[in-house]
Amino acid sequence: MDSSVALVLAQDGITNGAIYALLSLALVLVFAVTRVIFIPQGEFVAYGALSMAAINAGFLPPTMWLVVTLGIAVAIVDSVAALREEAAARLPMIIFKNAVLPILALVVVRYLPLKSLAYPLQVAIALAFVVPLGPQIYRLAFQPVAEATVLLLLIVSVAVHFVLVGLGLYFFGAEGGRTPAFTDGGITLGATYIQFQTLWIVGIAAALIAGLALFFERSIYGKALRATAINRTGARLMGISADLAGKLCFTLAALVGAFSGILIAPITTIYYDTGFLIGLKGFVGAIIGGLASYPLAAAGAILVGLLESYSSFYASAYKEVIVFTLIIPVLLWQSLTKHHVEDEDEH
Amino acid sequence: MIQLITPSRALIGFLLALSLVPLFAAQFTVTLVNYIGLYALVALGLVLLTGIGGLTSFGQAAFVGLGAYATAYLTTRHGMSPWGTLIVGMVITTAVSLALGFITLRLSGHFLPLGTIAWGISLYFLFGNLEALGGHGGIDGIPPVDLFGLELGSGRAFFYVIWATLLAAIVTTQNMLNSREGRAMRCLRSMTMTEAMGINTLWYRMVLFMIAAQFACVSGWLYAHLQRFVNPTPFSLGHGIEYLFMAVLGGAAAVWGAVFGATAVTFLKEWLQDVLPKLLGVAGNFEMVVFGLLTIIVLHRARDGIWPILMRVFGNLVPQREQANTVEPALPLPRRDVPPCGGEVLKVIKVTKRFGGLVANNAMNLSVRAGEVMALIGPNGAGKSTLFNCISGVNPPTDGEIRFMGQRIDALSSREIAKRGMSRTFQHVRLNQDMTVLENAAIGAHLRGRKNFVQSAWRLDREEERRLLWEASHQLQRCGLGEHLFDVAGSLPLGKQRIVEIARALCSDPTLLLLDEPAAGLRHLEKKALGELLARLRSEGMAILLVEHDMDFVMGLADRVVVMEFGEHLAEGLPQEIQTNPKVLEAYLGGVDA
Repeated sequence: MDSSVALVLAQDGITNGAIYALLSLALVLVFAVTRVIFIPQGEFVAYGALSMAAINAGFLPPTMWLVVTLGIAVAIVDSVAALREEAAARLPMIIFKNAVLPILALVVVRYLPLKSLAYPLQVAIALAFVVPLGPQIYRLAFQPVAEATVLLLLIVSVAVHFVLVGLGLYFFGAEGGRTPAFTDGGITLGATYIQFQTLWIVGIAAALIAGLALFFERSIYGKALRATAINRTGARLMGISADLAGKLCFTLAALVGAFSGILIAPITTIYYDTGFLIGLKGFVGAIIGGLASYPLAAAGAILVGLLESYSSFYASAYKEVIVFTLIIPVLLWQSLTKHHVEDEDEH
Repeated sequence: MIQLITPSRALIGFLLALSLVPLFAAQFTVTLVNYIGLYALVALGLVLLTGIGGLTSFGQAAFVGLGAYATAYLTTRHGMSPWGTLIVGMVITTAVSLALGFITLRLSGHFLPLGTIAWGISLYFLFGNLEALGGHGGIDGIPPVDLFGLELGSGRAFFYVIWATLLAAIVTTQNMLNSREGRAMRCLRSMTMTEAMGINTLWYRMVLFMIAAQFACVSGWLYAHLQRFVNPTPFSLGHGIEYLFMAVLGGAAAVWGAVFGATAVTFLKEWLQDVLPKLLGVAGNFEMVVFGLLTIIVLHRARDGIWPILMRVFGNLVPQREQANTVEPALPLPRRDVPPCGGEVLKVIKVTKRFGGLVANNAMNLSVRAGEVMALIGPNGAGKSTLFNCISGVNPPTDGEIRFMGQRIDALSSREIAKRGMSRTFQHVRLNQDMTVLENAAIGAHLRGRKNFVQSAWRLDREEERRLLWEASHQLQRCGLGEHLFDVAGSLPLGKQRIVEIARALCSDPTLLLLDEPAAGLRHLEKKALGELLARLRSEGMAILLVEHDMDFVMGLADRVVVMEFGEHLAEGLPQEIQTNPKVLEAYLGGVDA
């Protein structure tokens, strides 16, 4: 390998690593706040990318019926809960927010000339019909068992992943999707040619990470999430709703996932089931951070990206094997350095 | 009323019907039932892991693949006999599962499933890419199994091998669960208590993972010789997840839930793959969506799966574990030497426990002698339970020295301390609420048995088992719980559950007994009986350290009293001295302003 190949591989690795880093941050966030190991994170990547591809080609966002259906389901579940608490006054708002709003959005989108819309608007529409799935899934699948063990939440999480992959095939078909680059072309820097899209990805990922950091440091909701992550019961006693915290971090995770999908759709072909492996690589990063540290998770994710890119050069058939075996030494190191096992029955 | 259908008749009927399948059913049905048997074997392992051990694995399909590829490769490329390859496969599986278990089981419970995801994916890609294993094309031409000269080439003949294996696995699993080893496994979710009873929880979790992996490996071996062809597809992570769904949907807490789950999922999948595409007009993996949704609903509404619901609906239609209602007399277990009366058993020297900046115990001193009841009292938050945790090794001290029977124990684990003859109860009752009172008490006698899980699976532990249960029932009788032996622990009132904890501690034949608020929640007569029991234990030479808030109880029973306040030693002496000690009165009643 000469230095130009090495640089190309490094560029590849960092690009993918930036995406994995975004995903790993979302995974750490979701786990810290809700104890859910969010396996379906990758499906949001695929949904985001493929919705964008569909809109770009002038089709309606395929997930819109799912958003509407789940919205109605949430409206029903929340209404029943409100009636039980004898808070009927909340009904109109519940129904409007969850059921009417998605239907209105659907009607509006039907009459938009999707194909000729500006790129950023297309992105916004794609996000509008994927991101709501995050809080909807939290409300329907996780909130009813929010107090259950990590194990049970993990099994629910895997079940949700199964459902979303199955639906993904139905929505997007077996063919892959690809979208045009945000900006065509690139620049030559010394010996390497860097695509603009790569710069977009790294730049936006960095901006998103900075944005998340600001959100957690400055905003009241960010602080609420941090408080919940540190001590759930304590946060609840301070008036922070665990349900709200859960929905909020699922929204963030869905946003990060879908946006990551939109970012990489111009450089790789995404299939309905590609997201799973992408999400899992984010996971490997998150595990390197012990599912607790944000900077370590991000660094781990970049490492995963680099490892993947170099191993695809040396032993491309074993790329996945190498990446996923990486967590074995990481786990070994963690299990030898800290001895921590909690009692499930004490929570 | 004469019951026409009893559990044993239902089981015999089921087995008869099953044995007729290969003789009369269509080829398609035979194949399907063969697959159900293979899947149920894997799901059975997951029942053990998930329902019993509170762990889970998504990588079982990879272990199936390991068994299948081991035999496929070795029989076709090296001409080994299928029986030899079965052993090779199981040895490799043991090594892999112990290694994975060693790495992940010391971490929190969710690292094993995450580790198995990585393992499942890696092995799948490895199968698909190794030239020697035929790549994605796989390996064909696997020879049939030869049983005493009888070649089992057809699916119909192989049917009996598959189902005999599954039934043997079910029977041995039930035997194991119904023994000393199984009781320890069933308590793994409550690690603090289980470790304090001297049980190595890490080891038992490794064992459960290893057994589950072995079941999967054997299923893979059977699969390879049934299909006579293997390729990577059925060993993917997705299939690993499907196995878990079978266990969860069927009922992860019941052995037969695995069979039911495998049957239901297999038939449902067959049917859905047929019906749904027609219904929706497009091809797709809709059965995935249905299974995912079903699993979510089951986990929301019926965490124990569908099998227990069926059992409730049909009553006793189906085989359950036979419930004994008498305990067979047996030889008493050997006992520990009792230290001479009045000899010092426990000495706590300047023990300090800090939680971050909070000092919960500050330079506490304490000693307990054989044949005495020492009471530790103090206002709420004085640090009494913290000191108990330090002494019993549940949460070791930051500083200071603890000597038990003359040896330092402050750096030992609770398990090691239990082995040396200290046993305890907990302030917040820690019983397995689903096990019987007898089984819960027998947990305490764990260290007095030796037979391992293989011996118990094959019922080679019966003599020891009788002695353990006899000891447990004897201690329960002594504590006045003789009529509750076969009640489920969770059905007892809280006060009585505390007494079960005392009986459990006594089952370990302790030199020193630590009791954390034993009289809380007891009625007057029960308290009196407890006092008499403790007095009798004292007269037998046992040392007893007790935390209690009921002053009448303490003052009537204790030989000496130590008072704690704000984590420190406030006073010590005979009960009557303590009752008139002005410092103690101030701590309890507040200062008297002059």
